[in-house]
Amino acid sequence: MQLTKDSFLPVTRVNAEQGTSRPSLTYWQDAWQRLKRNKVAMLGLYIIILLILAAVFGPLFSGTSYSDQDLLQANQPPSGEHWFGTDNLGRDLFIRVLYGARISLAIGIVASLLNFTVGVVYGGIAGFIGGKTDRIMMNIVDILYSVPVLLYVILLMVVLKPGLTNIFIALGIAYWLQMARIVRGQMLVIKEQEYVLAARTIGAGKWRILLRHLIPNCMGAIIVTMTLAIPDAIFTEAFLSFIGLGVSAPMASWGVLASEGTNSLRSYPFQLLFPALAISITMLAFNFLGDGLRDALDPRMRR
Amino acid sequence: MSKKWIILGLIMMMLGTLLAGCGGSSSKEQTVRVYMGGEPETLDPAKITGVPEGNYAQAMFEGLTEVDKDGLTVPAAAEKWDVSPDGLVYTFHLRANKWSNGEPVTAKDFEFAWKRLLKPETAAEYSYMLFPVKGAEAYNSGKGSVDEVGVKALDDNTLQVTLEKPTAYFPSVCAHSSTYPVNQKIVEANGDKWAGDVATLIGNGPFKLTEWTHSSKLVMVKNDQYWDKDKVKLNKVEWLLVEEVATALSMFENNQLDYVDLPPMTEVERLKKENKLQFDKIEGSYYYEFNTKKAPFDNPKVRRAFAMAIDREAINKNVLHDVHKPLYAWVPYGFTNPVTKKDFREEGGDLFKGNVEEAKKLLAEAGYPDGKGLPPITLLYNTNENHKAIAEAIQEMWKKNLGVSVELQNQEWKVFLGTRKSGDYQVARAGWNADYTDPMTFGDYLLTGGGNNYGRYSNPAYDKLIATAQSTNDQAVRMQAMHDADKIAMDDMAIAPIYSYSHYYCLNPKVKGLISPPTAILNLKYITIQD
Amino acid sequence: MLSYTLKRILNAVVVLWLVITITFLLMHAIPGGPFTTEKNLPPAVMKNIEARYKLNDPLWKQYTDYMVNLTKFDLGPSFKYQGRTVNDIIGESFPVSFHLGMNSILFSIIIGVPAGVISALKRNKWQDRLIMFLTTLGVAVPSFVLASAFIHVFAIKLALLPAAMWNGFEYQILPSIALAGMPTSFIARLTRSSMLDVLGQDYIKTAKAKGLANYVIMYRHALKNALIPVVTYIGPMAAGILTGSFVIETLFAIPGLGRHFVTSIYNRDYTVILGVTIFYSFLIVALNMVVDLIYPLLDPRIKLGGKKEG
Repeated sequence: MQLTKDSFLPVTRVNAEQGTSRPSLTYWQDAWQRLKRNKVAMLGLYIIILLILAAVFGPLFSGTSYSDQDLLQANQPPSGEHWFGTDNLGRDLFIRVLYGARISLAIGIVASLLNFTVGVVYGGIAGFIGGKTDRIMMNIVDILYSVPVLLYVILLMVVLKPGLTNIFIALGIAYWLQMARIVRGQMLVIKEQEYVLAARTIGAGKWRILLRHLIPNCMGAIIVTMTLAIPDAIFTEAFLSFIGLGVSAPMASWGVLASEGTNSLRSYPFQLLFPALAISITMLAFNFLGDGLRDALDPRMRR
Repeated sequence: MSKKWIILGLIMMMLGTLLAGCGGSSSKEQTVRVYMGGEPETLDPAKITGVPEGNYAQAMFEGLTEVDKDGLTVPAAAEKWDVSPDGLVYTFHLRANKWSNGEPVTAKDFEFAWKRLLKPETAAEYSYMLFPVKGAEAYNSGKGSVDEVGVKALDDNTLQVTLEKPTAYFPSVCAHSSTYPVNQKIVEANGDKWAGDVATLIGNGPFKLTEWTHSSKLVMVKNDQYWDKDKVKLNKVEWLLVEEVATALSMFENNQLDYVDLPPMTEVERLKKENKLQFDKIEGSYYYEFNTKKAPFDNPKVRRAFAMAIDREAINKNVLHDVHKPLYAWVPYGFTNPVTKKDFREEGGDLFKGNVEEAKKLLAEAGYPDGKGLPPITLLYNTNENHKAIAEAIQEMWKKNLGVSVELQNQEWKVFLGTRKSGDYQVARAGWNADYTDPMTFGDYLLTGGGNNYGRYSNPAYDKLIATAQSTNDQAVRMQAMHDADKIAMDDMAIAPIYSYSHYYCLNPKVKGLISPPTAILNLKYITIQD
Repeated sequence: MLSYTLKRILNAVVVLWLVITITFLLMHAIPGGPFTTEKNLPPAVMKNIEARYKLNDPLWKQYTDYMVNLTKFDLGPSFKYQGRTVNDIIGESFPVSFHLGMNSILFSIIIGVPAGVISALKRNKWQDRLIMFLTTLGVAVPSFVLASAFIHVFAIKLALLPAAMWNGFEYQILPSIALAGMPTSFIARLTRSSMLDVLGQDYIKTAKAKGLANYVIMYRHALKNALIPVVTYIGPMAAGILTGSFVIETLFAIPGLGRHFVTSIYNRDYTVILGVTIFYSFLIVALNMVVDLIYPLLDPRIKLGGKKEG
């Protein structure tokens, strides 16, 4: 048989990737997909959405207001009329817990954002740059840690009118310090790791390294700290309202309801039970979601 | 491998720190364990300002007089006293008594203590208690000399006191802790340090101090030098210096304490049901102070309207669990009229009534029908659970009864005091306790320009009546004048009274013989512990 | 190393000085003083009191007087507790807080770290879920609620333990555990989180491939690196706990230092405020320095002391 040029035909290219591989995803799309698959995390997300809806719309549907008193009905245990019972002035606790959700959820979200933005960026920069900058930045953190927060708070109380903004200011001074320290600590470790060296070798800029490589690898510690710090914000608000800096009576957050409930723990335990339950369930939800986010955002778990 | 040892080491260390705290346990004799408050600021009678300290001092010292459980002033360190016809000179005859270190208590010790109280350098907050004494105020403000102060020891057992003007209640002033004697030799030898060391804290009272562990406890044992020691059956008093009353209540229910003063309001219902609560009289009241120089409470009709719109019975029943007593006058219950021997407030009666219709009418007459046209109003109170509950209840009552929405604002204590003193408020929560057991301690509060009259109430008719009561020893005249003054204050509604205090406490039923006079300074002398 | 330590010590002094100055200014900026009382004092008496405590000196003089005394380690007299000095107060109450604090810290490390490790190794299994649940409660339920519940159950209802005070071994149990609730939970979670990070690393796979025993991998390789955020958290936490918790000490009537942090501000007891703040600041700075020195022990790649960053 004679081999001529005509004997050889080019093989038609079949796109072998069609239909057998998945479309390529960005980091965020991949993270969202992984999150959706995590049932427990989604449960957390749904609970949070439900709470937010209840907080925003719930009070509109009820007949009584959170401040309606009925002195003759004070300290009643849960019943058909008052699902959560009444407080020491005869106010319905169920409504008060619903209203309290607004304040406490707002505090929780703002505090977490504060932690996530200020805390992470501050700590990230300090750890990443290192050296003198790190020392000075951490000195500032030490100073803010040491000066008694109660002093600022009393000063704010004199200078500003009471309200929720004061709580945010007070939190803004002291709340993010722990996160900054933890992220800085993580930075010191991670920036020495091999893939950072690799990224630098191929010429990646400082910000890209910080945002794309370093911070996502700190996500574990960041999310744990963020979720565990939320109750701190809630109870700080309760304390601040108690000494007059935050929301005024009869408005009450979960923290305030829990503090009031603790006083009557022995006589009327239900007054503590329901706000504490509300806080705990919210915390669990944030934790499940947080854990799911951590797994979803972990670059090493990409398939 | 090494990590295991480290962990083991940590565990051993933890056990070690736990066991290091191993201490002894307490043994019980005729001992009473009392909670009255926390760590004292000082035990120097000249410098004492707080109620807990007053209690600690009363056990260790004895003044010229004391207050009995009916609120009458009776002899104590002084056996009897004579008053000159013009009412200006008191001669106290002291009974024989000894300091706990065996030295005799003399009139010179009293003279020394009083002059020390008034000495400017002592900087005593309660020096004003002795201002009825001639030359006292002048000396205290540095304008007079100590020799012009009208107190003199005529001999070891006789103390002569000259007053500025007739002051009928002067004997009850002599029951106050600031007038207690101190051992002149010891104080001169040790200076101010005498009150910081158990060895030099010598007193002339039924008990003597043997231990002071800061923030933990004060231990006193029976003073065997005391003149009335045969009547004292108790061997030991332990004052447990707990800062938080809720903790003290837990300790009481756990049998670590026998007496708890003023347990938390949230527990009162339960304690009443379990028969753990007792009540006694006390001379004090709780009220809302109006700033009479600021709108809208510069108008007496508005003040009366707001005061009448409060349902005191409901508050007392539901928020205060029937512990206190609603008050419809300025001077509270607890004072005994020495002439009629009746309670001053009971015989004076209620000087106004709660009446919502009348309140609405008054508000309309003042130009604010249904509350329209009123400037925004803020009710100020200091941080405290009870104040908050009462303020919330009253806020709701004003809304329901008058149609007025009032804002609540609470402030930390010292900030709150500053705001009240500077007059930067419209209506504020306030309370007042008697300094001595005579209605004048309330009467002079509302005088024009009075030091504590932060609401700046002023009525010359009121001032005149009080002046009458301050310048005669005729008790009948005085009592009537004070009743009349009270009526004027309530017609003007200078302040809105809410309730008259009751002294309530938890007491171990095995403890008998405790006396709680209307000053709420406990008398432990006659206590016995039964089984 | 020496020059680094010296630089840190110099830093510490500057930080302390700034803390004192800021606190001093804030203290005097808020209304009310140590002798602001409800019953109005005659002006002459007020003047006497202020002269006695030098409160009517101009502010800068009060400041410099204080700083001079500070160099002699004299923190001054308390304004509220007459006759007692701040040195005395701290000297008497700190050992108690320290004792209580050490109990809680050791408890939280001994329980928290292993809990975190177990949680990480048994990820998503029932042990992990249980520990996650308990630690969530540990932070969601504040210490005063936990403490009140403990007192109610163990002291009053069951009469097993005393309700308050600090007189012996049995008095330490409830407060130490109540105080340890939050830190134990935090430590467990941080340990779990960073163990998970570390276990996914390549060098762990290498170690396993080499055939090293499991527990060798855990302790010698994984745990050391995982402890970095835990140690970072423990530094300031320890400073806070060792100087006493206001809530726990008040609820259990423990004569520690924690109470003074809050009550001194309410009392406007200026010298005590400054004294406890300095003490706390000193601990924070010292412990953070220790934490920084521990980092290289846990991960030798960490360089402190700085270098030029490219």
